[in-house]
Amino acid sequence: MLIVTCVKQVPDTTQVKVDPVTGTLIREGVPFIINPFDTYALEESLRLKEKYGFRVAVISMGPPNTEVTLRKALSLGADEVILLSDRAFGGADTLATSMVLAEAIKKLGKKDEVAMVICGRQTIDGDTAQVGPGIATRLGYSQLTLVDHIENVDLNAKKIRVRRRLEGRHELVEAPLPAMIAVLREINRPRYPTVPMRIFAQDAPVILWNNKEMGLREDTIGLKGSATQVRKIFSPHREKGEIIGDGVKDPQASARLLVERLKEKNILIL
Amino acid sequence: MLIYISTIIFAAAIALFFWSCYRRFRLLTLGRPEPKNRFNDIGKRIGGVLYYAFGQRCTVSHGYRFGWNHLVLFWSFMILLIANTEFLLEGLFPDSISFSLLPPGVYHPLAVLIEIASVLALLAVCIAVIRRLAFPPSYMEARSVDAFIILSLIALLMLAFFGLHASEIAQGTEKAANFMPVSNFVASAFFSDVPAGSLNGYIDAFWWLHAIVLLVFLNYLPYSKHMHILTGIPNVYLRSLTKVNTQPGEDFKKGNEFGVGRIDQFTWKNLTDSYSCTECGRCSDNCPATITGKMLNPRLVIHNMKINLLVNGPGIMKNKETVLPLIKGGIEGSVAEQVLWDCTTCGACMEVCPVFIEHVVEIVDMRRNLVEMKAKVPEELIALFENIEQRSNPWGIAPGDRTKWTADLDVKPFETGKTEYLFYVGCFGSFDARSKKVSQAISKILNASGISWGILGKEELCCGDSMRRLGNEFVFDRMTLENIRMFKEKGIKKVITQCPHCYNTFKNDYRQYGVELEVVHHTDLIYDMIKSGKLNLDVNDAKDFGNLVFHDSCYLGRYNGIYEAPRNVIASVTGRAPIEMERRKDRSFCCGAGGGRMWMEEDTGNLINVERVKEAMKKDPKTICVCCPYCMTMFEDGIKGIKADDKVQVLDLAEIVSRALK
Repeated sequence: MLIVTCVKQVPDTTQVKVDPVTGTLIREGVPFIINPFDTYALEESLRLKEKYGFRVAVISMGPPNTEVTLRKALSLGADEVILLSDRAFGGADTLATSMVLAEAIKKLGKKDEVAMVICGRQTIDGDTAQVGPGIATRLGYSQLTLVDHIENVDLNAKKIRVRRRLEGRHELVEAPLPAMIAVLREINRPRYPTVPMRIFAQDAPVILWNNKEMGLREDTIGLKGSATQVRKIFSPHREKGEIIGDGVKDPQASARLLVERLKEKNILIL
Repeated sequence: MLIYISTIIFAAAIALFFWSCYRRFRLLTLGRPEPKNRFNDIGKRIGGVLYYAFGQRCTVSHGYRFGWNHLVLFWSFMILLIANTEFLLEGLFPDSISFSLLPPGVYHPLAVLIEIASVLALLAVCIAVIRRLAFPPSYMEARSVDAFIILSLIALLMLAFFGLHASEIAQGTEKAANFMPVSNFVASAFFSDVPAGSLNGYIDAFWWLHAIVLLVFLNYLPYSKHMHILTGIPNVYLRSLTKVNTQPGEDFKKGNEFGVGRIDQFTWKNLTDSYSCTECGRCSDNCPATITGKMLNPRLVIHNMKINLLVNGPGIMKNKETVLPLIKGGIEGSVAEQVLWDCTTCGACMEVCPVFIEHVVEIVDMRRNLVEMKAKVPEELIALFENIEQRSNPWGIAPGDRTKWTADLDVKPFETGKTEYLFYVGCFGSFDARSKKVSQAISKILNASGISWGILGKEELCCGDSMRRLGNEFVFDRMTLENIRMFKEKGIKKVITQCPHCYNTFKNDYRQYGVELEVVHHTDLIYDMIKSGKLNLDVNDAKDFGNLVFHDSCYLGRYNGIYEAPRNVIASVTGRAPIEMERRKDRSFCCGAGGGRMWMEEDTGNLINVERVKEAMKKDPKTICVCCPYCMTMFEDGIKGIKADDKVQVLDLAEIVSRALK
């Protein structure tokens, strides 16, 4: 039984700036990191591996340098890592991305039965949270988003019980396997790699699947297969506010003042 | 017949002693090879042995007055070693070896010397017993059975010695009687009324008592803490010759194991350390963790290493198997993980250890095992490790923010070939709100002095100090290589640091990578500038600082011996020397943040920084002067903790100087 974990390599968004003139991302010198949410997905996969004996395959679609992120997954304990990389995959939106990922999962499923696909809740660059659900829809898997706890996996009955964190409440859900699970930060604390594993990961195999391998129709992938296009990128204009009250001398009065202002502007409704 | 019996007993006891020693010392060969050269510079090593061991420099120093008692006992033993060797040889080869066969010109002075040594040894033993019974120090395992057994044996040995000689004098067979004042006194006091016929019986009885006590003592040694009599002096010889005991690096090859998780992963020198411990307790008496009630007690770490070796050693010799885990805790011979994380690497233990045990190196070695082999670290450290690895600073702040402190100041980037000094600001100086002000003060001083300097700005990377102290050598190694590459590429040769940790890392740790940087901490640089008249100071401004107490940072003081420069700077700026705390200079008390403790919760025992702040507050200061961003943070927090922030301010030395700039 296999768990497929989807990860994405993203630019470290705390270091990304938008060129105010051209409106494009200044990518130069910006380091790439593993999408932080995906580290929780990988950790959860590894914990399920330790508990139930799954194999963990990690897949990622991206340019060749995504290998760095996949090697990190290997150093943490992934059994197999696959890089989906082809010029034809480039410029994909969530629709086209989920296409490639879903097909890769199908391909993996031919060798070993897929029990679940685990994704992070969203990426920090696109922030759409659509790829996970997209994969689930395309594959017809149970779709479990916003999961902050996996209660039980019943391999005989092929069922999974998870807790979803919604606004102000939790929801306990039981669903049939295979399932796509998108996890929240709260689900676990990711581990740290040991040095022998890091050294092992330095020259362990990273499997590359390009479109020759995948054989997908050009109009379903990449820019051509995308239903949305980026028109413009810009930094939202930030206006400096005013300082009201004196929080040091009289915190109560300034809190009252703040509440009044927020009510005036219809931001706070009491 | 009796003669043969004595020969047999002596031979058997001596053989047993050597066999015990062989069994113990054989275990030392289980250790890994020692990366540091422990046999170079023989002259310096012999000098060290004469000064520290024979001169007993480390037992009498640091205000340990009872060290003098040890000095007396040590030297008595040295003399009695001659006497007892004779006794053993005489026992082995009766009637053929004896001092009395020596010419009187040699024998008589020797007899006097041995008499004096015996009296002194007896006195020293009495003092030691009285001290242990009447006023034992808290840090010492004063009432251990071990200690009393040994003390009683020594006392008995001396009594037997005097008994033997006194009865011989009474019988008139001692040729050097006139040179044995004490034995003479004993003879006249106790043996004058003994009939001549019974004296032979007394002589035999005392001789046998002396023989048996000596042989028991000899055979007890290897099994007690008094093994230090055998290993202490060699351990002084093998000491690290560089003052800073820099952690050796690791070779990151496939198949290697990293750090120390099993006793045989220590080097043979580390293992010799464990045999050399006398359990005197000076290390724990000075350890900030032990003093504030943490789990760490450096003496016990070393003791547990020894026990672990004794328990596991034979098994490892036989089939590489161990029965007692080195890192686990809860049982004698095993060290708890918490113990390892408690260490601030302040080095106070190593500073006071009379036999140069290297506690901190050994603790960090075990941390490495937890981090590198098991990835078993306190949770808060995982975030730290990821932050440093990803963004090269402990908080994970965007590297682009490294220059924010420069604001509208005149700060230039380092230019290859043009700029002389790199001002390496460090993570604290770049990101921490309080330390940014110190960076600004330093930049003002640098500009006032007219030297050519610049910063790396956004390109600056963390030096890696915390990583190395926390045992994350793998990442430290990468960071070091990256920094060295950049320094070489930019032609950086002279570096000014604000933080003593960056200073020490560049100066001592990077040296292992074959880099010789001219590193200077701002305290030293400012002192040089004042001496050479490069700074124009207004000394009248001094009143503002009020009572000024100075705190020695561990990594500046103990690690690098910089004690006088900051004091002299304070004196030149304020017109008077700083007020000293009780614990200062090489016995300074850590602020609690070194060794990566800055990034960890301190949830056991009392807070180290509060302990130190309270000590400072005894001097009624208006200003506490520090030279380290960690100390700055810990002092400010500690002062807030005891609600004294309206009474006292914490300033970096650079801020004091920059305020006095004309």
